[in-house]
Amino acid sequence: MKLELRRIHIKDIQFGNETVVKDGILTINQEELVNKLKEDKRIKEVKVDLARPGEKVRIIPVKDVIEPRVKIEGEGNGFPGVTTKMAQVGSGKVNVLYGAAVVTVGDIVGFQEGVIDMWGEGAKWTPFSKTYNIVVDIKPVEGLAPHTHEETVRLAGLKAAEYIGEAGRNIEPDEVLVYEMGSHAEESKKYPDLPRVLYVEMLISQGLLHDGYIYGVNSQLILPTLLHPNEELDGAVISGNCVAACDKITTYQHQNNSVILDLYEQHGKTINFLGVILTPELTTLEGKFRTCDYTAKLCKTLGADGVIISEEGYGNPDSDLLMICKRLEKEGIKTVLITDECSGWDGMSQPLADTTEEAVAVVSTGNVSHVIKLEPADKVIGDINAITTLAGGWEGCLKEDGSLQCELNAVIGSTSEIGYHNCTVKLY
Amino acid sequence: MAKKFRVLYYVNQFFGQIGGEEKAGVAPTFEAKTLGPALGFNGLLGDEGEVIGTIICGDNYFNENKEEALEYIMNVVKEQKPDIVVAGPAFNAGRYGMACAGVANAVVDELNIPVVTGMYVENPGVEECKSKAYVVSVADSAGGMREALPKMANLTKKLAKGEEIGLPEEEGYIPQGKRLTIFSDKRGSQRAVEMLLSRLNGEAFETELPMPVFDKVEPAKAIEDLSKATIALVTSGGIVPHGNPDRIQSASAQKWGKYDVSNIDALTGEYYTIHGGYDPVYANEKPDRVAPLDLLKEFEKEGKIGKVYEFFYTTTGTGTSVGNATKFGVEIGKELKEAGVDGVILTST
Repeated sequence: MKLELRRIHIKDIQFGNETVVKDGILTINQEELVNKLKEDKRIKEVKVDLARPGEKVRIIPVKDVIEPRVKIEGEGNGFPGVTTKMAQVGSGKVNVLYGAAVVTVGDIVGFQEGVIDMWGEGAKWTPFSKTYNIVVDIKPVEGLAPHTHEETVRLAGLKAAEYIGEAGRNIEPDEVLVYEMGSHAEESKKYPDLPRVLYVEMLISQGLLHDGYIYGVNSQLILPTLLHPNEELDGAVISGNCVAACDKITTYQHQNNSVILDLYEQHGKTINFLGVILTPELTTLEGKFRTCDYTAKLCKTLGADGVIISEEGYGNPDSDLLMICKRLEKEGIKTVLITDECSGWDGMSQPLADTTEEAVAVVSTGNVSHVIKLEPADKVIGDINAITTLAGGWEGCLKEDGSLQCELNAVIGSTSEIGYHNCTVKLY
Repeated sequence: MAKKFRVLYYVNQFFGQIGGEEKAGVAPTFEAKTLGPALGFNGLLGDEGEVIGTIICGDNYFNENKEEALEYIMNVVKEQKPDIVVAGPAFNAGRYGMACAGVANAVVDELNIPVVTGMYVENPGVEECKSKAYVVSVADSAGGMREALPKMANLTKKLAKGEEIGLPEEEGYIPQGKRLTIFSDKRGSQRAVEMLLSRLNGEAFETELPMPVFDKVEPAKAIEDLSKATIALVTSGGIVPHGNPDRIQSASAQKWGKYDVSNIDALTGEYYTIHGGYDPVYANEKPDRVAPLDLLKEFEKEGKIGKVYEFFYTTTGTGTSVGNATKFGVEIGKELKEAGVDGVILTST
């Protein structure tokens, strides 16, 4: 498969009469975007707002973040199986509005939505303070069941990204990144002496606001499955707005999965990168045994020498993470795990809900309960009161002057377990 | 020039120049002087701080009469009002280390005054107080005094001036066990790839998260006659009365709640979930799916169990620190034990 991600560098965003990109400035026709989203009769009202890096703007409650793109060559524009008809993605040319992001907010569906601050202290903690954000605030019609509400919001975000992405169709990119990898047989022939490495990406798969989707299939329903890394980079995997904001893998982070990108960087140099195994994190013990055994078997069958395993969420999935690790290490396959930790406000508690002696190489992406203070914003997009009910907030965490105190739990992407951000933990 | 910060120093009978083992039984005294290591330490503070006096106590006296010793010592601390207390270094002297730890814990707990001490890493005093005081890692004998004091003085200055304390390896103290979130210059995925390459090449690597060690809890004895037993219902599934009157958090709980269920036959209708870690739709339809009060009440009616305890206890498990969970468990357990509850149905999600 050969995929070209053709980045058009976005340097500013504004509203205007048509949705276009010119000289790196993305202009959006607000009315057209709103009408497009309101084609879904489950949506009552849509508001669109813009947030630029450095502005004293707070966005809350954020559900998902999506990168606007358009596929100009090859199958599968959009998100096949979800918003567009089924297609095999992973090959072709994609124009990317690099630096722009669609951010969905709106009435709270659950407790797993989060905060993005575009400036100051808060900006340090989220990777999405550095993107030019088109914030889509979605109000559904009354009486929608929670699962339908979530789906409505999820699809609206994806559609908004597709609509905005179209603006890049005929624009010459500033930078072209090529991701090419042949069959295992071909790559092994090219790099017979390099260690073979797989990436196991765990997806939470536990119901409302706890699901991921692969070509539109809810990850709850799958056995662990092998993807060519290009498929994920080309829109095969989307977020079901899941898990606490700090470590949910947003759709944007699937499109730009940092583990895939960093392994690709080493492919043919120090490693032979074999691909991505998507593994569901299920709730039942039987489910955990099945998926962990199956994942280990796939890694072994494919002849992996080393595996990076990333978790999504925390708590019971810690067990899945360590069960996979244990199985692989017993087979002589070397692992590195990426996880965040729940060490409490004071950092004094044990970091994981499970333990195994085989887990000798672990990257920590931060303590989800680390408490931060955020100064008042000049402008809030969405509803600031949501913070008191979100995971990571509490009654009284919002002060009268508009400043707030919250755990990293509530900050989108802060402790990303695909290692998308820079947080780590040190023992003091 | 700014006012000098005030240091109160604690030493044992030997370093306080009273005598050796034969004087280990002496009761604590206070001298408004710099005795033993306090003298050299004072010199290291320069113009910024000063040692205002030294407390001397026999090691045996402290360990055998801890209450009396601490009463005297704490009174001195309260009278002298130091900005910081420094004890030792105790090197590998076990009784001296335990005394330094005892002083450190009392001063931090009761007065919230910072404490710096120094011990050899295997001194039993380390485990006693390392989470509260800063214990500088020192040699196992007094020969290490010259190296120990500057490190202790540096930490003392930083603490007294309210400056940020660096990593244990930079400052020379034994880790307190606090896992703090900081920024790395590389993103997590990059660090993971580098760690894997090191492993594959047989090179040295360092995990960022050493595996936790778990407590083992011995199961209680079986209840012999359920029909006479009082059973309580406890959950970490976030089931609370509508409106969440006690404002229990949806994740990373800081508290628990208890609610009178003596007059209801099921939780359905009056309760819902505020738990942020699972799909709430089905629990909201029927909260007894998470905490089965309905079945317990049926069993009570049928005589299978003696009685359902009148209060139902609840909190949120997701993201809740083990520190908090342990505290909740001790508090709830104490209440249940005092109420004569024989057994508990404890549900998660």
